[in-house]
Amino acid sequence: MSDEDREVDGKPDQPTPLRGPDEGVPPHPEGKRPSVAADITALATGLKTTLGEFFSPAVTLEYPEDKSPRSERYRGRHYLRRYENGLERCIGCELCAAACPVGCILVIAAENTDENRVSPGERYAKTYEINMLRCIFCGYCEDACPVQAIVLGPEYELSDTSREKFIYTKEKLLEPLPPDVQARLDSKGPK
Amino acid sequence: MADTFTQTLPEGVEARELGSEWMELNMGPQHPSTHGVLRIKLKLDGEVVRDSDMDIGYLHTGFEKSFEDKTYAQGIPFSDRMDYLAPPINNVGFTMAVEKLLDLEVPPRAQAIRVIMMELARIGSHLIWLGTGSLDLGAVSTFLYCWREREQILDLNEAYSGVRMMTSFTRVGGVAWDLPPGWLEQLQRFVDLFPSRVDDYEALLTNNPIWKQRTVGLGTISAAEAIEWGVTGPVLRGSGVDYDVRKAFPYCGYEQYDFNVPLGRAGDTYARYLCRVQEMRESIKILDQAIRTLPDGPWITDNRKVALPPRDELPQSMEAVIHHFRLVSEGFKPPAGDVYAFVESPRGELGFYMVSDGSNKPYRVKVRPPSFCNLQALSKMIEGRLMADVVAIIGSIDIILGDVDR
Ligand code: SF4
Ligand code: SF4
Repeated sequence: MSDEDREVDGKPDQPTPLRGPDEGVPPHPEGKRPSVAADITALATGLKTTLGEFFSPAVTLEYPEDKSPRSERYRGRHYLRRYENGLERCIGCELCAAACPVGCILVIAAENTDENRVSPGERYAKTYEINMLRCIFCGYCEDACPVQAIVLGPEYELSDTSREKFIYTKEKLLEPLPPDVQARLDSKGPK
Repeated sequence: MADTFTQTLPEGVEARELGSEWMELNMGPQHPSTHGVLRIKLKLDGEVVRDSDMDIGYLHTGFEKSFEDKTYAQGIPFSDRMDYLAPPINNVGFTMAVEKLLDLEVPPRAQAIRVIMMELARIGSHLIWLGTGSLDLGAVSTFLYCWREREQILDLNEAYSGVRMMTSFTRVGGVAWDLPPGWLEQLQRFVDLFPSRVDDYEALLTNNPIWKQRTVGLGTISAAEAIEWGVTGPVLRGSGVDYDVRKAFPYCGYEQYDFNVPLGRAGDTYARYLCRVQEMRESIKILDQAIRTLPDGPWITDNRKVALPPRDELPQSMEAVIHHFRLVSEGFKPPAGDVYAFVESPRGELGFYMVSDGSNKPYRVKVRPPSFCNLQALSKMIEGRLMADVVAIIGSIDIILGDVDR
């Protein structure tokens, strides 16, 4: 399509041209410039805006003393959940590991026995590790888990002192959950 | 001059004119105004740019290649990270390509949610462009104001998808979640407030003589040249070419919304500035209509071959469990073929060319990133300009290096 085919200007359904009265001003410094009075008015308008902002309340927070609230659906650090009777929810099915786009979950399952019953089903996760350095917090593991064992919580300040500490083991993931986790799961709807 | 010179020279020494040559200067890859890791090799004649050469690849991530190793669903979180200032638009582009392969219907509510998220992303991205672009030229207050409004968009992102930037909110066949309660009211508050904020930015810049001196007539590219270089987006529209994918090839139901495509005329940095500012206002118009016309109904297809079954079906239906297991562990297999799906990103036409060989992973995904194509025209725009103007012109193209290098 060549340039001439296109009717650029004067289309009735197009918005009015964006350029103001001084359209086609040649590049500075030779160009015709708007009058000094117009310049001063324009600058004064801008200064009025900034002055208005100067007297309006600040929108910034003094992190880390003040923190903004996280939404109910926030996808942060993972937790493994338990049932009320203390049994682990995870049945070691490895679906979360299969769903993870970056492959940062390691699940090694083992059989439950009558002496050693860890979860209600046949199997449980003997090893459950997430490499938090690789995790991209997409939430696919949470979607994939058939028993809602793995959930993403509201914590986002995950700094630590060594790379090894970012391999979150089962013990760490089974830490008590933040109180509103059920509300969080419900907030995502039945999906 | 030469005469006086020779007179003072000793016997037997001849005077000759001192030659001059162009200087090569590296701008970047760690230059703050290249908005990422871009290196430009400039050939300078004094302060004037005579020739330039883009050196890209510093942010190469190999996402295109990674897609080949992921199931279709797993590709979505990767698409976020290419153009990291407008992730929802990448999500939709990628997902649309998969849906085209599958020939899948997307429910109207999902379409509308996608439109809302995409327009929010467009405003957010334009805000970053306006903030950083004006900061490059010394306008610090605009930068701070833009960030303030962008924060509200990120809050909306977080309330809906759980993440501020990398939303990954689409799923093949729809979107992942319904809108949370109260979200539309939050959005409406933003929509009501934002036009007055745009007025503020315009009060600071549009007629400001300093801003105009740094932008008017700079980095000009004519409509014919822009088309030749394959430039899209506000850079193309700044030159007066009426091409916006949302109008030319409507997707996600954009044809239902009433909005204009702002066109510039001069094709310079100032025209692109005006175009983008106007586009923010048009996006607000779309958002306003989308809030009022948001349809009810499902937000994801009920085709169990591609979308996970609702969670409350899992304990009751063995069939749902089987679908769930198969979908998560294997994914789905679209028929063999190739498609091209494209959307209007804040930077231009973002296209996904996807080849399926009938397996559960794409055989090849080729991205047509707007930043990459627009960046090619930079050499043309900065030729003959002053060194200091290069900064303004790069800002006006609004490149994202994640998008360039992917
Ligand atoms: S959030 Fe995503 S990346 Fe992280 S462990 Fe879960 S599936 Fe993997
Ligand atoms: S967390 Fe869920 S998906 Fe992962 S192994 Fe355990 S039960 Fe399976």
